[in-house]
Amino acid sequence: MAALQGAVETTAPVSRLHEQRSYDPADFGVPTGREEEWRFTPLRRLRGLHTDAPLPGGKVTVECDPAPEVTVENIERGNRRLGTAYVPADRVSARAFTSFAEATVVTVPRGVVASRPTVISVRGDDPAGAVFGHVVVELEPLAQAVVVLDHTGSATYADNVELIVGDGATLAVVSLQDWASDTVHLSHHHAQVGRDARFTHTAVTLGGSVVRLAPSVRYAGPGGEAELRGLYFADAGQHLEHRLFVDHGERNCRSRVTYKGALQGADAHAVWIGDVVIRAEATGTDTYEYNRNLVLTDGTRVDSVPNLEILTGEVVGAGHASASGRLEDHHLFYLMARGIPYDEARRLVIRGFFGQLIAQIEVPELHARITSAVEAELA
Amino acid sequence: MSTLEIRDLHVSVTDPAGESQEILRGVDLVMRSGQTHAIMGPNGSGKSTLAYAIAGHPKYQVTKGSVTLDGEDVLAMSVDARARAGLFLAMQYPAEVPGVSVSNFLRTAITAVRGEPPKLRLFLKEMRAAMADLSIDPVFAERNVNEGFSGGEKKRHEILQLQLLNPKIAILDETDSGLDIDALKVVADGINRFRATEGHGVLLITHYTRILRYVKPDFVHVFVGGRIVKQGGAELAEELETSGYEEFVKKAGAPA
Repeated sequence: MAALQGAVETTAPVSRLHEQRSYDPADFGVPTGREEEWRFTPLRRLRGLHTDAPLPGGKVTVECDPAPEVTVENIERGNRRLGTAYVPADRVSARAFTSFAEATVVTVPRGVVASRPTVISVRGDDPAGAVFGHVVVELEPLAQAVVVLDHTGSATYADNVELIVGDGATLAVVSLQDWASDTVHLSHHHAQVGRDARFTHTAVTLGGSVVRLAPSVRYAGPGGEAELRGLYFADAGQHLEHRLFVDHGERNCRSRVTYKGALQGADAHAVWIGDVVIRAEATGTDTYEYNRNLVLTDGTRVDSVPNLEILTGEVVGAGHASASGRLEDHHLFYLMARGIPYDEARRLVIRGFFGQLIAQIEVPELHARITSAVEAELA
Repeated sequence: MSTLEIRDLHVSVTDPAGESQEILRGVDLVMRSGQTHAIMGPNGSGKSTLAYAIAGHPKYQVTKGSVTLDGEDVLAMSVDARARAGLFLAMQYPAEVPGVSVSNFLRTAITAVRGEPPKLRLFLKEMRAAMADLSIDPVFAERNVNEGFSGGEKKRHEILQLQLLNPKIAILDETDSGLDIDALKVVADGINRFRATEGHGVLLITHYTRILRYVKPDFVHVFVGGRIVKQGGAELAEELETSGYEEFVKKAGAPA
C-alpha cells in the first residue's frame, strides 16, 4: 500500500553537495542530468535555461503592492546590495543572477511591524522567451512582515529570492506557483535567519509545466527558527520539484520542514529533496523534516529523498519521515459506510490531508483561494 | 416496517498467502424493525465478518446467499448506497480520519443520507442536542474524526451518528467492548432511545452478556463457526452467562 518509489539515498554527504557557490555561470558546467542536483529534472523541458546558448527575451511583469510601512525599490543588476545573502548554487541560478534587468528590493525598517502583507505579483505573458528575476526582502532587526510572491500566467522564468531576516525579526513568506500549464519556472529562495529570528516559508505549487523551487535556510546567529512548509498537486505531465536545504551552522537553532503533495494522471512527477546538515558548531540543534505524498492514480512518479547529515553529537532532535501511498481504504470505507458517495469521501479525505497545512498559512485571505484551487484539481 | 433478510450467506476472505478462507458458512437471519436481535459468540466465530459483509467492506467476498432490505438486494449496492438505504454499522474500531472535523463529517453524512443539506442552524442545534444526550463534550465537534479519541469516546461517537443518521436497521459490532460501566450505560441509553422510536431494528453483536442487561434483546442467536447454531429469547443469554460457549463450540466441531 505505502509504495515508496525512488527513495534513493545519495552517496555524497549533504555538506559536500552544497559546497559549490558562484555568481558566474561559467563556474558550473552545463548539466547533463547525471549530476546529483539535476538527476530528477527533465532538462529537455527547460527551454534552454540550463544551457549556455543565448535565449530570446520573454515578458514577465513584476509588481509590488507593499504594506504602508515598508519601502520598495527597483535596483539595477550590479548594485552591491544584491547578492549579499545568497551566492548562486547552480548554473541556472547563476545565470539568473547575471541576466536579470532589475531587482525588486523590499525593506522593512528596524522594529517596524508591517500592518498587512506585501504582495509581489509575478505575471508571465509569453512562454516563448526567457526572463530572469531577482527579489530581495530585508527585515531589519526586530521588524515583522508577511510577504506573498504570487506567480501567475505563462512564462519561462528563472529567479533568485534573497530573504534577509534580521536579529529578532519575524518574516513569513508565502510563494504561490499558480502558473498556467505551459510555464517553466526555476527558482531559489534563500533565507538568512538572524539571531533569535523567526522565518516561515510556504510554497504552494499547483500550476506550471516544470517548476523547480529550492528553498534554503542558513542561520546567521544562534536561536533562529525556520519553518518550511509546502503543498503541491501534480497533474498529468506536470513536474513539480522542491529541493529543501537547511544548513545548521549556529547553536540552538530550530528547523521544521513539512511538505505534502498529491499526484494524479499519467506522468505526474513530484520530487522532494530534503537536505539538512548539522555542522560541528551547531550544538543544540532541533530539526525535523517530513514529506508525505498521496498517490491518487496509476502512472505517477514520486521521488522523495530526505538527507540528514549530523556532524555534532549534541543535538536536541534530528529526524525525518517520508512516505508515499494511496488514499487509505479504511478512511474511505468509514465515510462511505455513513452514506457519503465515493467521490465526496475522497474529496473530504484529500481536503483533510491538506487542510491543516493551509490553515497555518499566515495570510487568511489566501486560505479560500488555495482550498478552492485544490478542489479544482480534484474536480 | 422494515425487514432485513439474510439467506444462506457464505463469505470468504483472502488470507495473506492469497488463499481464500471461508468465514461465514450459511447464515440465515430475518429481523424486522421494532426488534432487537443479539448475536453472541466466541472470538473468531465470524460475528464481525457478518457485520462488515452486510455493510459492504471490500475485504469480504460473498460467495453464496443473499441479503435484502425490504426486498431490495443489498449485496448489489455500493457501500454508501447501503447506508442511504437505511443500514448502519457501528464499528468496533472506527477509523481516524485526519483533517476532517466531526461537525463537517456529520453534516456531509446527514446531507448524503437525507438527500439534502440540513440548514446550518438547525444542524448545529440537532448535533449539540445529540452530543448532550451522549455526554459528549461540545469541543469534539471541531476535533478530527476519531483522532485521539479514547475507546469510549469513539463508541459514543458511533452512537451519535446512529442518532443523527436515523437508519432503519442498526448493526452494532461489539459497541460494548472496552467501555467502563458509566460509558456502557450512556451508550446503552443511546441504543434504547433509538429502538424506542418506531421503525428501528437493532442487531447487537457482542461477546459478553453485560450490555444485554441494559439493552434487552427479543432474540438471541448463538454464533459459532460461521453460522447460527442456536436461537432463543433473552433467556438464552442468561444461559450463556453461566455455561459459556464451550458446549456449542464442541458440538459445532469448529475452532473457537
